[in-house]
Amino acid sequence: MSRRAWRWLIPLAALPLLALLAYGFRVNPREIPSPLVGRPAPGFALTAFDATPLTLDAQRGRVVVVNFWASWCYPACYEEAPVLEQSWRAYRDRGVLVIGVDIQDTVEAAQKFIRDFGLSFPNAPDPTGKVSVDYGTYGVPETFFIDRRGRIRARHVGALTDDVIRAHVERLLAEPAG
Amino acid sequence: MRRRHAGVTALVLAVLLSGAAPAPARVVSESQVHEVAGELRCVVCQNLSVADSPSEMARQMRVIVRERLEAGESPAEVVQYFVDRYGEWILLSPRRRGFNLLVWFAPLAAVAVGLAIVAVLVRRWTRRPASEGTAPSLDPAMRERIRRETEAER
Repeated sequence: MSRRAWRWLIPLAALPLLALLAYGFRVNPREIPSPLVGRPAPGFALTAFDATPLTLDAQRGRVVVVNFWASWCYPACYEEAPVLEQSWRAYRDRGVLVIGVDIQDTVEAAQKFIRDFGLSFPNAPDPTGKVSVDYGTYGVPETFFIDRRGRIRARHVGALTDDVIRAHVERLLAEPAG
Repeated sequence: MRRRHAGVTALVLAVLLSGAAPAPARVVSESQVHEVAGELRCVVCQNLSVADSPSEMARQMRVIVRERLEAGESPAEVVQYFVDRYGEWILLSPRRRGFNLLVWFAPLAAVAVGLAIVAVLVRRWTRRPASEGTAPSLDPAMRERIRRETEAER
């Protein structure tokens, strides 16, 4: 091969690598698409902190927002707790249920968190971690939006904002129940 | 008498234990759990397997692995359970198929290309001094002239 060809070949060989790097740096490694979106939501039967049973199957026909949180998850869970409570109050009469699932936590710390933020939607601990693994969560906070037919339609990683909740909930409420 | 006593104790113990936890369909050893957990990425860690991580989440996942194995699932089925929920991202080594093959074979291809380049360069570098050593062959006229001039100087 001629000397001139070599001079071009070496920078050319670096191009695919540079393209790969450029792509890699633009992708957030924490944002892994959930394979569960579009699939039926895994069922669960938990006991809420107020000792009432809390099952997902009983909520068919409602739009359900399942929020995974923990009292040690600062600041994200502390930021979204008031937002969640506000949304719950705004939507509870329109066929929306917010469920909080507390993971990897102690009962005392979790109950203090619920009291501090005055959370009125049902919250339950997941002491074995089975529900959080069933939903493929890898951290807190993580939130799943379930449609009226019991299918997971969206997952949000990180603190919720008013806009995020409204966008997902309104979209699912607009769909026919059947 | 003592032997009978021991037998009764064992029986009572067995009843108590079986009452405490549902009898597993299969006895699963720690190493079997470790093997499956070693394939799974600890989701709250950086580059640690579920087997190696001391985190609470990994501990809970190991319990789930054990329970599923005890219930009679094969190691592949247990791994698939996690893949269904987390995607292939949960696997520490990507499966050897489809696009993933690139990850497995690109390094080998890169090493092969690198070796080829080194081989070509080494050949070129070692050949050049040898050819330069013999290259300036003197034409007969020049040789004659040098001979004459050196003779003239004597």
